[in-house]
Amino acid sequence: MNRWQTQPLLEVEHLTMRFGGLVAINDLSFTVGEGDITALIGPNGAGKTTVFNCITGFYKPTEGRIALRHGDQSIWSELPAATAASGRRWAKGENSLWLLERMPDFEVSAHAHVARTFQNIRLFQGMTVLENLLVAQHNPLMMASGFSIFGILGLATYRGHEKASIDKAKYWLEKIGLTDRADDPAGDLPYGAQRRLEIARAMCTDPVLLCLDEPAAGLNPRESLELNTLLRSIRSDEGTSVLLIEHDMSVVMEISDHVVVLDYGTKISDGTPTEVKNDQRVIAAYLGVADDEVDEAEAEVAS
Amino acid sequence: MTDASAPAPTPIDWPRVLKDTIVTTLVALAILTPFIGLVTVQNMEHKLVLATRWPLLFWMVAIIVGGRLALTLFVWNRPKKEKKASSLALPPAVEKIAAPFFIGLLFAYPMLILSGLGAGGSIKWIDNFGIQILIYIMLGWGLNVVVGLAGLLDLGYVAFYAVGAYSYALLAKTFGFSFWVLLPMAGLLAATWGVILGFPVLRLRGDYLAIVTLAFGEIIRLILINWVDFSGGYAGISGIPRPTLFGIPFNASDTGFAATFGLEFSPIHRTIFLYYVILVLALLTAFVTRRLRRLPIGRAWEALREDEIACRSLGINTTNTKLTAFATGAMFGGFAGSFFAARQGFISPESFTFMESAQILAIVVLGGMGSLWGVVIAAAFLVGGFELMRDMDFLKLIFGSDFDPTQYRMLLFGAAMVGIMLWKPRGLVSTREPTAFLKERKSVSGSHVSEGHG
Amino acid sequence: MEVFLQQLINGITLGSIYGLIAIGYTMVFGIIGMVNFAHGDVFMVSAFIAVITFLAVTLWAGIGSIALALLICLISAMVLTSVWNWAIERVAYRPLRGSFRLAPLISAIGMSIFLSNFVQVAQGPRNKPVTPMLSDVVTLVHSDVYPVTISYKQIMIWVVTAALLAGFWWLVQKTPLGRAQRACEQDRKMASLLGIDVDKTISLTFVMGAALAAVAGVMYMVYYGVVSFSDGFTPGVKAFTAAVLGGIGSLPGAVIGGLLIGLIEVFWSAYFTIDYKDVAAFSILVVVLIFMPQGILGKPEVEKV
Repeated sequence: MNRWQTQPLLEVEHLTMRFGGLVAINDLSFTVGEGDITALIGPNGAGKTTVFNCITGFYKPTEGRIALRHGDQSIWSELPAATAASGRRWAKGENSLWLLERMPDFEVSAHAHVARTFQNIRLFQGMTVLENLLVAQHNPLMMASGFSIFGILGLATYRGHEKASIDKAKYWLEKIGLTDRADDPAGDLPYGAQRRLEIARAMCTDPVLLCLDEPAAGLNPRESLELNTLLRSIRSDEGTSVLLIEHDMSVVMEISDHVVVLDYGTKISDGTPTEVKNDQRVIAAYLGVADDEVDEAEAEVAS
Repeated sequence: MTDASAPAPTPIDWPRVLKDTIVTTLVALAILTPFIGLVTVQNMEHKLVLATRWPLLFWMVAIIVGGRLALTLFVWNRPKKEKKASSLALPPAVEKIAAPFFIGLLFAYPMLILSGLGAGGSIKWIDNFGIQILIYIMLGWGLNVVVGLAGLLDLGYVAFYAVGAYSYALLAKTFGFSFWVLLPMAGLLAATWGVILGFPVLRLRGDYLAIVTLAFGEIIRLILINWVDFSGGYAGISGIPRPTLFGIPFNASDTGFAATFGLEFSPIHRTIFLYYVILVLALLTAFVTRRLRRLPIGRAWEALREDEIACRSLGINTTNTKLTAFATGAMFGGFAGSFFAARQGFISPESFTFMESAQILAIVVLGGMGSLWGVVIAAAFLVGGFELMRDMDFLKLIFGSDFDPTQYRMLLFGAAMVGIMLWKPRGLVSTREPTAFLKERKSVSGSHVSEGHG
Repeated sequence: MEVFLQQLINGITLGSIYGLIAIGYTMVFGIIGMVNFAHGDVFMVSAFIAVITFLAVTLWAGIGSIALALLICLISAMVLTSVWNWAIERVAYRPLRGSFRLAPLISAIGMSIFLSNFVQVAQGPRNKPVTPMLSDVVTLVHSDVYPVTISYKQIMIWVVTAALLAGFWWLVQKTPLGRAQRACEQDRKMASLLGIDVDKTISLTFVMGAALAAVAGVMYMVYYGVVSFSDGFTPGVKAFTAAVLGGIGSLPGAVIGGLLIGLIEVFWSAYFTIDYKDVAAFSILVVVLIFMPQGILGKPEVEKV
């Protein structure tokens, strides 16, 4: 048995998203295992980013349930009760379930602790690298500053928390190798560093699940390798599960434990990297099309 | 023509210059003939007739064409220098010394003027140049929170100024509360209005937000005009109680300020007192804004200006964050408004037109968004320049005695707004000071800083 | 019923004027994404040009025919206002293209202040009344209590507006200029790569907006018979409201929006209170933007994540 079957962290069930007449995601179900790196792959326009936007609350799915677990496995038995209730959170003792499809985007990050990055990097370009990491710690710092009142008065309680948040930022700067550039504007960083910073920024929100939208896009081979190391460390050192969209097959096959393949909004395969690689439907949908086109083109040239 | 000897690196393309000059002449003639060459006047029977001003037209066209020709020949043909990101921002080390010096100077200003010009001559300098500029600095700093930090374009800021002014005027006249009780109340009321108006509109983006805030500003002004029972309509409210110094009024009575301190009564006492009140209020605004910028809420405002979607992905409730910016800005506007009412003793909807909002916004944008120093410079330049226009009596010697320089104030103000935008689109101080640093505080160049989408 | 009909006629007349101004807002917003704040004042400038030309042709040239005088007014106002707006775009907006987003807006606000004060200084602060013209009425519904009438000037406004809108529609739909304009709206960079002179297209957009505003200016002069330097702001904001209500970027939307705003204003004044008619217009703007930001004919905006 695989971890995503025995220890699911996130369960996506019957997810459907329509834009007008266009069905972007069609009855998609999959699970993300705790401590896994899960890859969501598929040809362009397969609906991968839409899945991300549904999970992180940027889109409200037309149908379906997206449940996230905090705490112990036993809470999954409460899922029907949680669904029947009207709330977004169902708690029993220490454990709780979050129904993400019922939550607006910022709450998914603030309360359910699902963080994300974006396909086209969205850093705060005019703010320094350090500030980017501090903004990510907004909610706890806001509490510590007494919703700004203690902060305006300059009380020591807040200053202590601020120091702690800078230490946390330093820890991540160290990890992504940007300590020297902490005081430079984020917009000045080279592309690969910006990608790493965006990941570090997402990690500063203390997520249980990190969703990365094409983290390796545009990276050179060395940066790609560094990314693999960073993602493995996020999984093993931080205990954060990772869900990623990726086109770079070397990254996918190298680091992921679980691969889900989408085509035209429908799931066509789901399993370990080896299983997926050998799945005929994946080859047909994903690679085969391209081969056909090559054949056709060759035929045309020859005639 | 002496330009053959002038160092002109690119040779002058004479046919082009000639064509350009002809086009300029034609355009200048076309746009100026109806307005300058001809003038509508009412004759004895109150009928509209036309008169001509051909010499004036000739001179204006000549100035425009000549000016453009001179620019083409002597300025625009120079190779463009690599523009250094020039900004008036002070390095932090200089600012550490300059700020206390500047604040000290502001505190000493009335005394310096008084000792130099005596009681009679200094009222104008303390009132028009001191208090007037400080009000706009305070308003600029208040609006700076909304526009400069949070990147929300608010064209109806004057509404909160009006709320503050009318709150003070009505509550003071109806219930007789003192200025010091009503000042915080006016701020809170304005902040409440900020939340009420802000809540429905803050999810709008970009220019739409600007237009809705403009509409709100106009609605509030029109209600003040039309709801006569409440606000006195066009006539406004007069006889608003003046602020006192811990209960001591500034009048000629036996219990007044002059009598209490054994001075000879003079209206300058109240002016100086009001100067210090607005100075303290403005400094409070600056202090709170600086503190807020370094707090999570301030960082969230700036992050919102940079990228709203990224903010939401980091768990920031963007609606609340925008509302706090709106309410904070409104609160400072309310403070300034109640001070304005207390200073004037009379308010009417005339003081709260769109022009007022435009002027405050111009101060913020010209100063450089988010910069406190920039606002000070821009307010001193625009408001001070405006006031100076009143005093340009020497111009009458040049243009004749019926020349009224104040007529040209708004004209020049509009032209200056366009001109400064062309010269420095990002404002005078375009760099951004980081709110936290590990090793050293480096200014962020303006080219990275985004201006917000709302 | 008679009151309703009469107000309908008045509302459509006022709405045509707003619609003509609104097109200028909507076209400029469509092509460079900027609220041309000075457009209301450009309209005011055109009304002044109309008054001055009217005086010149009736008093100096001695043209007795009102129709001919108005035709000359219309042509001169359209041409001269176009030159005005062309020059404004050249001086105040073009250098700021691609710069800081707020810069052109602030520049436009400055230009708006400049224009109204320029006209005030150049022509004096008083209202400029012209002799009433085309005031004869046709009675549509005979009634002793409330006869419903339509005046010659209202008929003229309807006819001229409809004719010029038709010509304008043909211009933007069927000519290469219109195609270039729509291409620039979609993607300015791509359009320039394909050999479209983007600067020229944008200039022409300003010229077309000004020409239509000038039509509105002439109609305004004829309808109200008096023009003032401060007449730019309120009609400007209302026309912008019309553009937003119709869906900004949509040309038929601007006309529909203009008609609706005109009707709402007239009916509000007739049935409720004239005091709050401007409040009504601004409130509609707020309500539309909050609940229906894409307007009647606009395209809904999808947030890209």
